[in-house]
Amino acid sequence: MDIAQWFADGARIPLGAWIKDLIDFLTTYGGWFFDFVAATFLAVYDASTWLFTTPPTWAVILVIAALSFWAKGWKLAVGAALGLVLIDLVAQWDNAMLTLALTVVAVLIATTISVPLGIWAARSQTVSNIVRPVLDFLQTMPAFVYLLPAIFLFSVGPVPGIVATIMFALAPGVRLTELGIRGVDKEVVEAGHAFGATPGRILRQIQLPLAMPSIMAGINQVIMLSLSMSVIASMVGAPGLGRPIVQALSSVNIPLGFEAGTAVVVIAMILDRITGGFGTRDRSRRRTSFSKTSEPDAAPAAA
Amino acid sequence: MSEIALEARHLYKVFGKNPGQAVRRLQDGQSRSDVLDAGTAAVIDASFTVERGEIFVVMGLSGSGKSTLIRMLNGLLPPTAGEVIIHGSDVSAATPRELREIRRRSVSMVFQHFALLPHRTVIDNAAYALEIQGVAKAERLERARAILDKVGLAEWADSRPDELSGGMRQRVGLARALTAGTDIMLMDEAFSALDPLIRREMQEQLVELQQELGRTIIFITHDLNEAMFLGDRIAVMRDGRIVQLGTPEEILTDPANDYVAQFVQDVDRTRVLTARTVMEPPHLTTPVSAGVRGALRVLREQQARAVFATEGRRLVGVVTDRAVIRAVKAGQTDLRAIVDQSVLTVGPDELLTDIVESAVESPVPLAVVDETRRLIGVIPRVTLLATLGNVEPSTRELPVVSTPLDMVAEFTPLVDAAANAAPAAGAGADGGPTTTTEEGAL
Ligand SMILES: Nc1ncnc2c1ncn2[C@@H]1O[C@H](COP(=O)(O)OP(=O)(O)OP(=O)(O)O)[C@@H](O)[C@H]1O
Ligand SMILES: [Mg+2]
Repeated sequence: MDIAQWFADGARIPLGAWIKDLIDFLTTYGGWFFDFVAATFLAVYDASTWLFTTPPTWAVILVIAALSFWAKGWKLAVGAALGLVLIDLVAQWDNAMLTLALTVVAVLIATTISVPLGIWAARSQTVSNIVRPVLDFLQTMPAFVYLLPAIFLFSVGPVPGIVATIMFALAPGVRLTELGIRGVDKEVVEAGHAFGATPGRILRQIQLPLAMPSIMAGINQVIMLSLSMSVIASMVGAPGLGRPIVQALSSVNIPLGFEAGTAVVVIAMILDRITGGFGTRDRSRRRTSFSKTSEPDAAPAAA
Repeated sequence: MSEIALEARHLYKVFGKNPGQAVRRLQDGQSRSDVLDAGTAAVIDASFTVERGEIFVVMGLSGSGKSTLIRMLNGLLPPTAGEVIIHGSDVSAATPRELREIRRRSVSMVFQHFALLPHRTVIDNAAYALEIQGVAKAERLERARAILDKVGLAEWADSRPDELSGGMRQRVGLARALTAGTDIMLMDEAFSALDPLIRREMQEQLVELQQELGRTIIFITHDLNEAMFLGDRIAVMRDGRIVQLGTPEEILTDPANDYVAQFVQDVDRTRVLTARTVMEPPHLTTPVSAGVRGALRVLREQQARAVFATEGRRLVGVVTDRAVIRAVKAGQTDLRAIVDQSVLTVGPDELLTDIVESAVESPVPLAVVDETRRLIGVIPRVTLLATLGNVEPSTRELPVVSTPLDMVAEFTPLVDAAANAAPAAGAGADGGPTTTTEEGAL
């Protein structure tokens, strides 16, 4: 009878309610854990914010230009400096730095989770089988949806923003790491085994270096997704360029929205070019001087 | 002298759902296709021993299980059943740690597609095995440089693998395995990715290095010519089983079954076979002491145009029918006077490649003589052509000459009478009919 009644009511299952129950459950019994996570993230975020907001504008511009030069060359350095000056001139400097601070934290955490997870998935088919659908879920779920549970678990402020950003940005890092390591020439890995190398050494000396282009592409994706998500995260109170954008939306303020949006684009381009530069430059540098740096246990130069 | 470097005992490898069951059924006599429902039997009951300093070749068509077999030898694949013993320790029962130790100490490997570390220089690649063994940097670079020198890559030490040609890359692969200093080297189709000229060069270099360094080499190939050239012994695999194991000559001249026979059909025999393997007993001989009359008789009996004259089993030269008849007419009895001493001879260990040309030009069978010019065999043109044309080896065993011989035997008395009639009576003092056909076999 119940079932008939259920069909009569439109055959609806309350999936959303269940998820809410789960989150309630988590806040009730796992509260200490989330408090701990929140405190840690906040501390890291504060440090990062301090790093970006304390120095004078010109100093930050100089450092980023220098980094661009190191990664790719003087063209990128000049471009990055001009872009940053533009951000300052449209009065979005502080917001931009806050966004950058949040993005950096999210990227660091997402990378430290996703790369090892990708390695693990590459070595174990079981792990891969479990991780893959979870990543599919994380990646296709609309970005806004992460914000709700994040608020429930961490209340408003930068932390739910960071958490939502990490969730959203994790997938490509894991995927491309796994893909890269699985794609390493099997015969070369076999050669490592055949000469009696330990699995750890094979990972460090063969798999990671050969998978590095793919891993770097993954990290690049993580950065880009983090940046876009950190803007959205402003809806739950994360500081940064998202704030003026949200504000511009609600008050239909075209000039403000456009200025803040331009600032996001500039930052995105700088980050993308710098990481892309590291990905390729890394190999070309090893090309010329590897023999000098090939100590037996020297981990491959990661970016 | 013959110390065993590696031994495989009843090795089985089955891929699939139920390997253990498949092995039991194979042991009970079921065939590879019978057990297909339980898994793919890649290697079935392979047993062999490899001696120290030997080049042991495993040959077979694609999919016959060669790679699977060689990967069980150093534990890259665990056998489903059976054992691999290297220097007395059982590879198949080793823990991962022991296995690594065995690989560092005893077995290195050369790969089909080189498997070099692309992000390292040639010398760092060559020194890789030593690096894993924990050899200090200066020493391992020095040892790697010495080996690179041997394989002719000294000036490429600081290049990257992708700057080298295929042949050079495989030399680096070879150097890496040699530098490892292990007694045993496994080579899985190591030269198959190279073009024929380079390949030949590498084969020669490998043989040279092997003679110099005395390593034990287990070499996999699907190319019979390569197998024949390199192998001290060859194991022929088919559908997971070793169907024949023997020296190259045994396999060529006495294939165990149709499969092997078909396999060896295309081989360039001239590169493998020596004069000794194809030569036949010298039927056409006559001792110088038998004189002109003796030579004439042999020529008649054998219906031949020329005969080898020997003295104490040593080859003196060739006597042609024309010269004999002329001598008979002139009443000459001394055979030595009409022997053509400029006859072509070959050594027993010369390769057919080297003698084909002279054989084709020579009107008489080629004489095979040893260092003391003793006539140990002859190679008639037809034999050579049959070998090159790959006519069934058994044809050679057919007693083709017996029938005419029997017929001729009936006429011998008549011939003798005719021969006796012509020359002076003194020639008869030679002592009657001399054994001719058995002369070479004495
Ligand atoms: N990992 C595996 N899983 C399932 N079947 C396998 C595996 N490896 C090999 N086989 C099967 O085992 C058989 C023997 O393969 P193997 O690679 O040893 O042959 P091969 O003689 O080395 O051939 P090739 O000359 O092509 O390298 C083939 O039928 C192959 O399909
Ligand atoms: Mg193979």
